[in-house]
Amino acid sequence: MLADQDRIFTNLYGQGDWRLAGARARGGWQGTKGFIENGRDWITNEVKGSGLRGRGGAGFPTALKWTFMPKVNDGRPHYLVINADESEPGTCKDREIMRHDPHHLVEGALLASRAMDAHVAIIYVRGEFIRERQHLEYAVQEAYDNRLIGKDNIHGWDFDIIVHHGAGAYICGEETALLESLEGKKGQPRLKPPFPAAMGVYGCPTTVNNVESIAVVPEILRRGGAWFAGIGRANNTGTKLMCVSGHVNKPATFEEAMGIPFDEMIEKHCGGIRGGWDNLLAVIPGGASVPCVPGEKIRHALMDFDGLKDAGSSLGTAAVIVMDKSTDIIKAIWRLSAFYKHESCGQCTPCREGTGWMMRVMERMVEGRAQKREIDMLFEVTKQVEGHTICALGDAAAWPIQGLIRNFRPVMEARIDQYTYNADADGAVPSIAAE
Amino acid sequence: MANIKVDGKLVEVPDYFTLMQAAEAAGAEIPRFCYHERLSVAGNCRMCLVEVKGGPPKPQASCAMSVKDLRPGPDGSPPEMFTNTPMVKKAREGVMEFLLINHPLDCPICDQGGECDLQDQAMAYGVDTSRYAENKRAVEDKYMGPLVKTSMNRCIACTRCVRFTTEVAGVSEMGALGRGEDIEITTYLEQALTSELSGNIVDLCPVGALTSKPYAFAARPWELVKTESIDVMDALGSNIRVDSRGREVMRILPRVNDAVNEEWISDKTRHVWDGLKSQRLDRPYVRRNGKLTAASWDEAFAAVAGAIKASGMGNKVGAIAGDLSAVEDMYALKALMTALGSGMTDVRPPMSGIDPSMPRSAYLFNPTIAGIEDADAILIVGSNPRKEAPVLNARIRKTWRARGIPIGVIGDHADLTYAYDYLGDDLSVLAKVAVGEGFGATMKAAKKPLVIVGEGAVSHGAQWNKQIGRDVIALASRIATMGDIAEGWNGHALLHNAASRVGGIDIGFVPHNGGVCSADQVKLAGKDELSVLFLLGADEYDTSAMGKAFVVYVGTHGDAGAHRADVILPSAAYTEKSGTYVNTEGRVQVGERAVFPPGEAKEDWAIFRALSAVLGMPLPFNSLRDLRKAMYAEFPHLAQIDQIVPAGIEGVRDLAGREIKTTSAKLFSPIGDFYLTNPIARASAIMAECSQMQAGLKQAAE
Repeated sequence: MLADQDRIFTNLYGQGDWRLAGARARGGWQGTKGFIENGRDWITNEVKGSGLRGRGGAGFPTALKWTFMPKVNDGRPHYLVINADESEPGTCKDREIMRHDPHHLVEGALLASRAMDAHVAIIYVRGEFIRERQHLEYAVQEAYDNRLIGKDNIHGWDFDIIVHHGAGAYICGEETALLESLEGKKGQPRLKPPFPAAMGVYGCPTTVNNVESIAVVPEILRRGGAWFAGIGRANNTGTKLMCVSGHVNKPATFEEAMGIPFDEMIEKHCGGIRGGWDNLLAVIPGGASVPCVPGEKIRHALMDFDGLKDAGSSLGTAAVIVMDKSTDIIKAIWRLSAFYKHESCGQCTPCREGTGWMMRVMERMVEGRAQKREIDMLFEVTKQVEGHTICALGDAAAWPIQGLIRNFRPVMEARIDQYTYNADADGAVPSIAAE
Repeated sequence: MANIKVDGKLVEVPDYFTLMQAAEAAGAEIPRFCYHERLSVAGNCRMCLVEVKGGPPKPQASCAMSVKDLRPGPDGSPPEMFTNTPMVKKAREGVMEFLLINHPLDCPICDQGGECDLQDQAMAYGVDTSRYAENKRAVEDKYMGPLVKTSMNRCIACTRCVRFTTEVAGVSEMGALGRGEDIEITTYLEQALTSELSGNIVDLCPVGALTSKPYAFAARPWELVKTESIDVMDALGSNIRVDSRGREVMRILPRVNDAVNEEWISDKTRHVWDGLKSQRLDRPYVRRNGKLTAASWDEAFAAVAGAIKASGMGNKVGAIAGDLSAVEDMYALKALMTALGSGMTDVRPPMSGIDPSMPRSAYLFNPTIAGIEDADAILIVGSNPRKEAPVLNARIRKTWRARGIPIGVIGDHADLTYAYDYLGDDLSVLAKVAVGEGFGATMKAAKKPLVIVGEGAVSHGAQWNKQIGRDVIALASRIATMGDIAEGWNGHALLHNAASRVGGIDIGFVPHNGGVCSADQVKLAGKDELSVLFLLGADEYDTSAMGKAFVVYVGTHGDAGAHRADVILPSAAYTEKSGTYVNTEGRVQVGERAVFPPGEAKEDWAIFRALSAVLGMPLPFNSLRDLRKAMYAEFPHLAQIDQIVPAGIEGVRDLAGREIKTTSAKLFSPIGDFYLTNPIARASAIMAECSQMQAGLKQAAE
């Protein structure tokens, strides 16, 4: 349970002033000059000591990522690119930061840039985020006006922020597709290697970080890495914005300590499951791209990277989608398949062809208009997509279906039986085409 | 160098090699669709997945990962990759299944059938049935001009065509629209491609999505006889393969030759074949009462012999060779002319500044075509390489893309597909560059300067002055030698426009023994001072100016020369004879006969041999072999097939010292319409359509 004084985002609900004055009153922009003067290695070490893992979904240690940037500048500028293309279904944490606490992000960008010798940070904001962008641009302008950033600023580290507006494609949240989009090209992921730290935006060393990862950095430096590391458990430290949506009594976004048990989180912040715990069917605990977990398996799971891995899923962006027993789980997963089919960039074969195939089979599964053996085939198809693509969208499209089949196969089979039972109304079940 | 184990076999490869290259070095085959060695790596088909040890625990695209990306084992053992494990097999089967689910099963009606990568690889790496029971995706066909037929249902979105047009051809007219399943490869506005290299995307397409429109449903690859030959549409000497069925040429494809055309050919080279079937001269004709009437060979020869004997021979008889002649043809004609006592022979365009007295290096593309890639500054004089030699232009673009070298142009201000400094179009600008002013400073600083001199800059029929061409050559030589140039580099490069040119000049098919140049021969004919004029496929002259001369046209098509002729002797086109061609860089290449000449037409050398017998002065060769033997004895460098005998830089230095007499002259490319530069192309309906399209006369159909 997170103590109130340990919260980082103290204006998460926009009750206070989100502008510079309010941010300062809440402790922002204090001691920044000192942190800059402590230098690159100090900042990186503090963040390393905090155990901060990337908040964008993959959970890669943030400080370690920063150390991949070249130590010696070879003449090319370094860039920090902040991924504010938050499009994962169910996830709504970065937008709260940008709307209500944008100075956390601006200050964090300055400090993180110092840690990788970058003088420019580019914030790539999702196309649909209008108010978020307005607030962010306002905050950036305030920072310029008060010489907090810019050339010859009071912190002694020349630094510019460019706020870039995307055009609203989910795939542009993938770091290399984001870089392509930033360069004005079609948003399609790049092949890796080379990784962005070697060849990023415009061919220069680049680090791409999530908004939340950057926004927590000033507080980590102010209170010390050890404070952050003291929250949660080893390897899963700190606080995290969590977004709970679906069949809970009070859906909410809130900041909580990593590793809070699922049931405690729901009871404390969301007023419990709609209809009580017995009514809980399944939970997608980390945004749309992670496997769903049956209610009984997740009830006591710990909400952090390792805890959810043990539960057969993953923390992702900590966007929890709760489904009670009124949910048609097959249809819910089909909806996600449709989303991935729509958002696949079409570059590489398994994802381009596989997402459509999976969605169409799922479509029939929703009705039960399928053969039972097709469930196994569908599972195989997801395995043929997973791990064979350029980026992780293929994996993301495969996992929800795998989760469904692993945990709810009886439901799918019952649906097929029911359809067969009703067959005289709809005609016979089609067998597999003879091709 | 790096060590890597491929399927347990240790190989040593350069560390910049990709895993795919390393596997090939080790003899392991890796299937692929999107990867092409002359294009950038896309890595999107996922067919080349392999298993690696010391990398991520999932299959890796071997086309994109390089050997140095793999970590060695903990004990320092070399990294390992596998191409035959269950993981790889499963990955390939999976990708193949995905590629096929939306690919139509129309192999029986697909022109790619029999030479389809997808078909072949499905056989080798696929499974026998499909599990896909849903509806297949349908994609609308796109319009891409008169040469490329599309069937976009078959497209597997490998983007080879997009990468070729953007990277090699230099026109950003193709791309992928939409995303996911709905991605479509298209020319953005569904207009014809404006590239002269567009036909190559048909070769590149690994499936039947892009096929050749003129060749549609014409033949199956296994019915065709494949003959290796040399293209004559320009002076590049692109290596081609002529596919024929019976007596018909069905299509022309490129062969790989890294020194000449890599593996591209121009649209004219590829699609000129229908011109080989129309307007053909298939029997001799003799003009009787002002009208050409069909005749037998004996009658035709008798008429020619009569005219020659009546002329008094010697320099009363002239001969002009056209653009498409093989060296053997010209050698036989020259032998005949010599026997007649005439030195009136010429293969050069009107008023050419290339003087027979000049060293060989004056008229060669000395740095060689592949050598363009070594150049560090290029000056293009009076040439539009995009139209004169599109494949060579792609090489310049490749160099520019790789290293961003400075390029200057004096002449036409055309779109060459790369950025250049436009300096002007007058000889005075060239003179300024030659003294190191402006762009001259760049050329002077270059270690490997390249001066490409177009044929338009050295031959001045329009301005009727040979001195201009001589001065251009001298100035270009000065620019090529004015700096501190690298050892062994010779930057003087003459870009000819005709396949016959260099070979003809090499064997001395130029005025000698009191002979005069081609333009003067026409002039003399007009003044009745030349009695008999042989036109060896020469159609690019003003035939109305030939006065009362007895014109003997030896050629293949009923073009300008044939209309003026008094006797027509039908001969063989380049696909119908074995012939030697020397390309603009001096490379000797031999093309083989794919089909026989139509009707009574004969090979050119045989015509001259037969004529010589009628004249009672038989030439000393009875077969092509004998002819070549004599020719090689006289010109040993022609025996060095596929080789270049370098001309050396001394000649260029000598030329650079010559006096400049012209102060001003307009320099321009002589090619107006790329698609209609020779008799074969002018007889081709496909070329006519392309030409109309380019001129904007014909709107895109559909």
